[in-house]
Amino acid sequence: MSKLLNVASSPHMRHPDTTRGIMLDVVIALLPAAVFGCVIFGWRSAAVLAVTAASAVVFEYLWNLICKKPQTVGDLSALVTGVILGMNLPSTIPFWMAIIGSFIAIIIVKQFFGGLGHNFANPAMTARIALMVSFPAAMTKFVTPFAVDAISSATPLASLYGEATSTVSIKEAFFGLQGGCIGETSAFLLIIGGIYLVIRRIINPIIPVCFIGTVALATLFTGDNVLLAICSGGLMLGSIFMATDYTTSPTTNLGKIIFGVGCGLITFIIRQFASLPEGVSYSILLMNILVPYINRITEHKPFGYVKAKEGK
Amino acid sequence: MQKQEKILKPKGKALMGIFLPHTKNTAEFETVVMPPVAEVILPFSQHIGAPAKPVVEEGQQVFVGTLVAEAGGFVSAPVHSSVSGTVKKINPDSVVITSDGHMTPDESLKPFEVKTPADLAEAAGRCGLVGLGGAGFPTKVKLSIKEGTVIDTLVVNAAECEPYITSDYRECMENYDDVINGIYLIKEILNIEKAVICVESNKESAIQKLYEIATDTRDENDSVKLMRLPSKYPQGAEKVLIYSATGRKVPVGKLPSDVGCIVMNITSIATLYRFIKTGMPLVQKRITVDGTAVKEPKNVIVPIGTPIKDILDFVGVDEDYSEIIMGGPMMGVDIVSADVPLEKRNNAITVMLDAVPDVTTACIRCGRCANTCPMSLYPAKVDSAITFKQHDNLNSLNVNYCMECGCCSYVCPAKRPLTQTMRLAKAILRREK
Repeated sequence: MSKLLNVASSPHMRHPDTTRGIMLDVVIALLPAAVFGCVIFGWRSAAVLAVTAASAVVFEYLWNLICKKPQTVGDLSALVTGVILGMNLPSTIPFWMAIIGSFIAIIIVKQFFGGLGHNFANPAMTARIALMVSFPAAMTKFVTPFAVDAISSATPLASLYGEATSTVSIKEAFFGLQGGCIGETSAFLLIIGGIYLVIRRIINPIIPVCFIGTVALATLFTGDNVLLAICSGGLMLGSIFMATDYTTSPTTNLGKIIFGVGCGLITFIIRQFASLPEGVSYSILLMNILVPYINRITEHKPFGYVKAKEGK
Repeated sequence: MQKQEKILKPKGKALMGIFLPHTKNTAEFETVVMPPVAEVILPFSQHIGAPAKPVVEEGQQVFVGTLVAEAGGFVSAPVHSSVSGTVKKINPDSVVITSDGHMTPDESLKPFEVKTPADLAEAAGRCGLVGLGGAGFPTKVKLSIKEGTVIDTLVVNAAECEPYITSDYRECMENYDDVINGIYLIKEILNIEKAVICVESNKESAIQKLYEIATDTRDENDSVKLMRLPSKYPQGAEKVLIYSATGRKVPVGKLPSDVGCIVMNITSIATLYRFIKTGMPLVQKRITVDGTAVKEPKNVIVPIGTPIKDILDFVGVDEDYSEIIMGGPMMGVDIVSADVPLEKRNNAITVMLDAVPDVTTACIRCGRCANTCPMSLYPAKVDSAITFKQHDNLNSLNVNYCMECGCCSYVCPAKRPLTQTMRLAKAILRREK
């Protein structure tokens, strides 16, 4: 009797990338911008990030425990959601609101729809929108960088579209010395994170490029400051880290182009014509809902496809 | 300069697929001939189609090349003895032959004269030749071209896109004459306008060597071309290869001959030529023995029917091996025991220390499977249709286009066994029909 052998269906080798590895890469890519946010907005931003990240993981853990499902916190997807949510909040937000945000993201948006890979909208972003609608004052209480006290300041975006006078230069906006949410201020560091993800082949650059490009082009036509428009608000964070979420973005390259351009157009329309100063979250949410349809119309035909015979 | 012009670039735009580690450790080693073993087991079904029928009796004396089982139908292939000795036992599915250790060839074997296309198909049939790339489709059937079908291109498959395997590569380095003569013979007999030899770009010495074929003096009309394919898996798959070589797409359910092509593996061509020249049928094979558990990987010429354990003993493997794959790691089949014999269609034995762990997460819908599938399918959607028992959707997901190359499983970060799911989906469709 010879020894027992492993018998499996082919292929017998696998690419080293894992779900956990991908999520870890996303966290690594987010870190520079997150750390920068903690530096300019003080210790409280670090606390907000810690609260959202920890509560997101805890909610995922509890959900699996209560529903008697296999534990999935190890795949780190809840951690990514928590960190992205924290980066989308102002540093002044009360902790209990941040925890509500995590609850909405993990339990309502993600787990109610079937967990990892089954949510129709980006959890962190939907949670941000829910908080925005519920607590508009707390969600827009931004702090001037390096301020000793919490002094609310108008974001450059509000000034760009004529609601206040601009005090931020393009250079400041690009490197992140401006008011805003914890992780969204530094376009420079977010782009570095994005380039890291593209090099690691985690994300495809089509969506961010189309998204940002569309906003830039549209702003060019209206004669506003293009660079300021793309470096301020949540555009970089949203386009690089939230619009590229696998589950809620189209599969094919053509689909990704449609998705990116659509996001850009809606962002521009909201910024330009609506009463809200920022439109990135809403644009991504609206396009998320269209993803199944985009996937359907851009579906590629198999190689050597022949149309099935009638009456078969 | 002229040299570069002779080497073609792929006609069809490179299909999706994946870049794999090549690990062609054995590429530059001379092939070793394995000494005869005490006993060989010759299964009747080493090919696609009907099993062969035994024509020998227990106790009968046989020689190398003696017919032991004849073809059991049109789509079938005969089996010949790979050693000289006596028939020990006739099982329902195989013949066991005890070797006398002399490897005496059968004296009745004579060169086979080939004049017409029918002769060529007959030669392939008598040779017992099957597709040596791994599929095991009887070559006689492939060469029996229907009246009126116009074949204008002979595609010679020397792509060898699986990791580890180098047996075809060594064939064209060591038996170069058989390869070149075989290509010209087939081209002439079947009156095929042109031949394209497809090699992956990672085999530079083979490209140099085969380049001589393309510039051979016999080739007056410059009709034999060499094509350098990107080193991207699965370049050697039939449909992908035809697309690269000619730019033609084989529709689903159709054969290469429907688009005017014949695809032949380079070792099959050389083996066929050797049979025509000497009359010796397919009785031995060059196989690559490699993998993480093999200390000194090498190519070995082994009589067909040799038990795998004897081959592993000869080459030397780490005792802690946990998986034996017949073929390469992408499309090879695991065997349950090392007691089974080597078959005609095997071209490699890959012995692994560690099997792939089966830890999966939920699909994260990254789309990598859909973006690497050479057939442009959506394996993740099939996976979901199977999970939720939506079997009605399987037809519209075109699962029958799948050639089971393994790319989807390979790239999946969630480690889902997508290729296995595709096989399951095909089986469900067959059952529900």
